Amino acid sequence: MRGIEKSLASFEQAGIRPVAISVDSPEASRDLLQKAGYTFTFLSDPKAEVIRRYDLLHAGAGENGQDIARPAELLVDASGTVRWINLTENYFVRARPEDILEKTRLLQ
Amino acid sequence: MNARRFNWPLWAGFLITLIGAFSFLTIFVWFPVTRDFPWANLLLFAIAAVFLFVGIRRGFARDRAHPTRSKIIASIVGTLSVAMIGLFLFSFFVVARWLPASSNAPHVGQKVPDFTLSDSNGKQVSLTELLSTPIQGKAPKGVLLVFYRGYW
Repeated sequence: MRGIEKSLASFEQAGIRPVAISVDSPEASRDLLQKAGYTFTFLSDPKAEVIRRYDLLHAGAGENGQDIARPAELLVDASGTVRWINLTENYFVRARPEDILEKTRLLQ
Repeated sequence: MNARRFNWPLWAGFLITLIGAFSFLTIFVWFPVTRDFPWANLLLFAIAAVFLFVGIRRGFARDRAHPTRSKIIASIVGTLSVAMIGLFLFSFFVVARWLPASSNAPHVGQKVPDFTLSDSNGKQVSLTELLSTPIQGKAPKGVLLVFYRGYW
């Protein structure tokens, strides 16, 4: 998230809107945005409905056994078609902003 | 013979092990270079291992002021350190990989289902809107959806 925030200008230049999605409530996201200084859109999926529909659910992985999202990054073009997806094998390893920016070339 | 009483390499090894274990989530996780592969922590553990090896040998030396006590302390501190390093390696290389297969996640070339979710201001936002609301006055080329674990 920090990396995406730092590269936000480059993403916008490339015509890409970063959007974060988790089971966090809008209030929790607002706190995070304030604390961490993030300025892009954070969406709240408290019941993990969208996360489940995208098959990105990590069942019972939350602190108290809640269902949460597994880390994943998707580049979706203006028609709503997936152009690139990254499903990490290790949750400490995430796609780097510079690599994602490289992939934005796949979008017309 | 104060130097003989205090087994400093043992405690230095233990301290470096502690630093190695706790610096990942507090410091190194913030930098992709040290997060994607914990080489900084592994380096600290390697340094710790050298000190621990020297410390344990020293703890079992015959010329200790309190040989039994010295051996017990060296054994406990040594075991604790090894356990901590083991736990770190297990967490990073095993537990962190316990992720679902997500085999039905959207594939490249597939259309993703639309959705409407609340943003951090409580406003309802749909994917369609995100894909059509201009960025810097221009039609967006796309969105980057970043699913993350959240902070609950």
